[in-house]
Amino acid sequence: MSTATTTSVDVRDVRRQFGDRVVLDDLSLTIGESEFVVLLGPSGCGKSTLLRLLGGLDRPDAGTVTVPKERAIVFQNDRLLPWQRVLRNVTIGLYEAGADERALAVLDEVGLKDHARAWPKTLSGGEAQRVSLARALVTEPDLVLLDEPFAALDAITRLRMHDLVRELRRKHNAAMLLVTHDVDEAIALADRILVMSDGRIGSAYDVRLDQDERAISAAREDLRAALLGDLGLAAVH
Amino acid sequence: MSTGFAPARVRSPRAATAPRERATETFTAPAGSAGGLTRLRRRVRWPLGIYTTPVAILVLWQVTSELGWLPEKIAPAPTAIIQAGIDLWKIGELGTDLTTSLRRVGIGLAIGLTIGITTGIIAGLLRSGEYLFNGVVQIVHTIPLLAVLPLMIVWFGIDELTKVLLISFGAGVPMYLNLFAAIRGVDQRLIEMARAAGVGRARLISRVLLPGALPGFLVGLRFSLAYSVLGLVAAETVNANAGIGYLINRAQTYLRTDQVFLGLVIYAVIGLLADQFVRILERVLLQWRPSYEAQ
Ligand SMILES: Nc1ncnc2c1ncn2[C@@H]1O[C@H](COP(=O)(O)OP(=O)(O)OP(=O)(O)O)[C@@H](O)[C@H]1O
Ligand SMILES: [Mg+2]
Repeated sequence: MSTATTTSVDVRDVRRQFGDRVVLDDLSLTIGESEFVVLLGPSGCGKSTLLRLLGGLDRPDAGTVTVPKERAIVFQNDRLLPWQRVLRNVTIGLYEAGADERALAVLDEVGLKDHARAWPKTLSGGEAQRVSLARALVTEPDLVLLDEPFAALDAITRLRMHDLVRELRRKHNAAMLLVTHDVDEAIALADRILVMSDGRIGSAYDVRLDQDERAISAAREDLRAALLGDLGLAAVH
Repeated sequence: MSTGFAPARVRSPRAATAPRERATETFTAPAGSAGGLTRLRRRVRWPLGIYTTPVAILVLWQVTSELGWLPEKIAPAPTAIIQAGIDLWKIGELGTDLTTSLRRVGIGLAIGLTIGITTGIIAGLLRSGEYLFNGVVQIVHTIPLLAVLPLMIVWFGIDELTKVLLISFGAGVPMYLNLFAAIRGVDQRLIEMARAAGVGRARLISRVLLPGALPGFLVGLRFSLAYSVLGLVAAETVNANAGIGYLINRAQTYLRTDQVFLGLVIYAVIGLLADQFVRILERVLLQWRPSYEAQ
């Protein structure tokens, strides 16, 4: 139905409740085509719930959710099929010919080409998470939903994954919504940062910084302080 | 509740002053990788693996028999049982009885497993399949296998058909129940992941549901094999003019304890082989599963 060329995701007045507990309350959100949005918020505030709605895995109790048909989710935990080797886990959503070659190429990108024939039980937590990232990227979706995908990675691998995600965006122009608890990660990647509170988007920041400014700059520190303030951490750091 | 008046108790005056001794643990390379010596030691301690105890019992049995402590009418020596087997084989009776019994189990298993697997998969995948089969199987499942026998004899006579059907019944029911439960028990989060990845129905079944149900299928298979042997015994005990059960009945009539034991041993060996077969299947098909390996 969506014919707009500039918006990828359009969420309007969405409510989602479990029993009496209203988790998302009149939440509205738009994401532009090839925009990178990072979602911050305290644990249990409804970030994963929102992602499930965008992924089509759950339906809102009220309001509308419009998303592209081609989308992929990287779940909070890896969700690999234990009975399929890594390569077959990556190709699960691929139906075209040459699936294996494409999967191997993406596995190479996430640094796991050598593990293509490994069983998931032999992977480390970070490796498993990278496989599930590869599984999402290989379908070349228009929207990628990432639920804390880098939480289990060491600092260096995490930076490599950031590069990888940026590069993928350049190549494919996918819109991305990334959930994280890491303010620095948000600043490093985002075009726009949203902070959730009380079941809706509490505050939003457009990040118009270049790569160097994202690493070190006064604007960066101001943004960081503002975000920590929104998260209720201002006095702590 | 503390009263507030009791003086604080010092547990041990020495513990308060002396530095606490800390227990430590040291880990080294495990036995398996340490090479031949430890493995050899395990081989010596358990030379026949799980069969060490049965073989030890056999040896003890043989010795007590030869010492004359065990009357032959009660339990003939293992060698005497083997001798009985050789004698019966030579006159061609053991061969006939064995093939008759194995054919019955084979046909019965084939029918029972086919029906059990087909209905189990349909019921596991489809809600309507569940409604169609589950009630019937649950009710039938509560009836003991042996209690069905009289009815089957009335329905199908005392010939081969009853025996084969009893065996299929024994094999089919546990297969259905386990397969159904296994398919429904596949991790919901993995199914959700597959749906999110755009996986179609056919691939969901072939790559997620059926492989995920494999461990449960093998549990079902183990029960099916065991119950089919039980069905065989029951069927052959009631009426037969060939088969291992017939061999046992005839031996009983002539008070040939050695031949009775021979029949029991054959049943046991069939059961053991079936179990080993499933074990091998598990090792091949479930290598992806992280599972506990005992020391
Ligand atoms: N299926 C469900 N049934 C009942 N309550 C649920 C369900 N799913 C989520 N919730 C509740 O909704 C709230 C939001 O959950 P959600 O998983 O979206 O949090 P989150 O923001 O992703 O947290 P975290 O950062 O810890 O992952 C939680 O309080 C949770 O208990
Ligand atoms: Mg979450």
